[in-house]
Amino acid sequence: MSPMTPDAADALTELHAHDMAGALRAGIVSARELAAAHLARTHRTDQGLHAWLSIDDERALAEADAADARLSAARAAGPDALAALHPMHGVPVALKDLVSIRGGQATAGSRILEGYIAPYDAHITERLRAAGAVILGKTNMDEFAMGSSTEHSAYGPTANPWDLGRVPGGSSGGSAAAVAAFQTPVSIGTDTGGSIRQPASMCGVTGMRPTYGRVSRYGIVAFASSLDQVGPFGRDARDAAALLHAVAGRDERDSTSAPIAVPDDLISLPAGDDEAAGWLRGKRFGIPAEYFPAGMDAGVDARIREAIAALEAAGAVVEPVSLPHTEYALAAYYIVAPAEASSNLARYDGVRFGHSIRGGSDYLSNYLATRGGGFGPEVKRRIMLGTYALSAGYYDAFYLKALKVRTLIKRDFDLLWEQGFDALVAPTAPSVAFKFGAKTADPVEMYLADACTLPVNMAGLPGITTPCGLSDGLPVGLQFIGAPWSEAALFRAARAYEGVTAGAEWRSMRPHDLAALEDPAVPTPAERAARH
Amino acid sequence: MVFPYHRGMATLTRADVEHVAHLARLGLAEHELTELEGQLNHILEQYAKLAELDTDDIPPTAQVIDLETILRDDVVRPSLDPAAVLANAPERDGDFFVVPAILGGD
Repeated sequence: MSPMTPDAADALTELHAHDMAGALRAGIVSARELAAAHLARTHRTDQGLHAWLSIDDERALAEADAADARLSAARAAGPDALAALHPMHGVPVALKDLVSIRGGQATAGSRILEGYIAPYDAHITERLRAAGAVILGKTNMDEFAMGSSTEHSAYGPTANPWDLGRVPGGSSGGSAAAVAAFQTPVSIGTDTGGSIRQPASMCGVTGMRPTYGRVSRYGIVAFASSLDQVGPFGRDARDAAALLHAVAGRDERDSTSAPIAVPDDLISLPAGDDEAAGWLRGKRFGIPAEYFPAGMDAGVDARIREAIAALEAAGAVVEPVSLPHTEYALAAYYIVAPAEASSNLARYDGVRFGHSIRGGSDYLSNYLATRGGGFGPEVKRRIMLGTYALSAGYYDAFYLKALKVRTLIKRDFDLLWEQGFDALVAPTAPSVAFKFGAKTADPVEMYLADACTLPVNMAGLPGITTPCGLSDGLPVGLQFIGAPWSEAALFRAARAYEGVTAGAEWRSMRPHDLAALEDPAVPTPAERAARH
Repeated sequence: MVFPYHRGMATLTRADVEHVAHLARLGLAEHELTELEGQLNHILEQYAKLAELDTDDIPPTAQVIDLETILRDDVVRPSLDPAAVLANAPERDGDFFVVPAILGGD
């Protein structure tokens, strides 16, 4: 095929992954052209966004060529062979920089893993390769996924393409911003307390945290092992669902991954808006009062209530419900997560891999220097909190207490599933994207950014966020929370909401600062953040 | 402010902070210890909220899905490539990691 003009290449980056899949099968476009178009746009626009920590053109183009070869073979073999290719085949994808790719970096946003080269592929990396997806590179994140703004990355913050003076949310801020800015159609993140849903909400894209156990964490840098899950970002429900379908399922190398079938519904969501919206008729949604506290951001509150009204108008049954222990979830989470983190991060001892300071008077001084110099401030805070909560004399008062409160939080949700609710509907984040520096002075202010998402992690549930309009010109996310293993229903709900609002004016809006990203003199996010 | 703070008693002294840093094997500078003393106490105040709940008869939840431990088949399979693993070693001696001495001393 002849080389494309830059405009034609850019048009490719604005397709949905499901449209790319169709164009690839029809022979209208090649996987190499898709990869090259996204790489070009990313190199051109990432100075002002800093969504990426590494981009591997050579590997991506080689993977794209392999995908094209398989496409040609399938086309020659006939319609069945073409139909057997995964919807992600030939589609570009970005991975949060805590997913292992053999021979590549996996910094987890930390200096302590600078220079580390992964000796093996994560399970999801293997699955993406098997599906024929093309991995473009690795995205920025809060160090060890601890944060809600990506400002805690040791490699500098990421900006929000809707307003380059604001954060993209976090911790998977790079993955969210890259999808919103058309640098990749889909990406992978992890969600321990909201780290997929909250940045997806703030960047105006779709993001899902699946049920605990749905996706293997083998080869993914651990933060809090009873809470961590891997999940997808996309510019619509169908794209995110297809990516989840590619990576989900049992893997014996992660003993918490569940032997539960991955529904093919994930790759057959309705294309038509009316058909999608029709799913809502008779569905029963609970609206938890505790997720609408007095004093919440008025614009967010208004958008969520409008969205609920739209669901109701489309035939859904909407009922007020209560999750009475919600107000205790934040405190319990900030005991459980740091406790698990302090244990997980004990492995960074400078002996087998990563940052290492040697030459001290004894082994202890080497550890102190290696860890003291390798971890950033938020990670140190969490390690200190977790170590304290687990230390002799405080275990019962903090950690055990938090685990008991976790039981109460989970029971609140279980009661609603027993009553037959199809999903709960709530805001994803209490506010729209905030300015750089707005919450870095007070750790608790930052922790509150996850108040609407972390109860879901404590209960191990799936949750999805889908864009539902703007407040002050910034995206608002609508969250659906479901019973365990109800991912397909949550995607149907998000897809239905897309159908109901297909004609809304805000649906056609693009991030405001895409043009600014084209300016070669655009300030970096670190430069912008330094002004605050 | 959406979700209110909970004021309570500060519980950590400077000596506590230094002790926890030692347990966590974190070498911290003076200014970090000072900053952490304030921040950790501020965060611990939020924990006080949990005391409102009577949890004496509530069992703890350490993990959330109903899964029995699943054992894999006991078959021999390739392990990681030693060269790739050892390539990350800060200090190595052939196929061994050089580990700081933890016994003896001078």
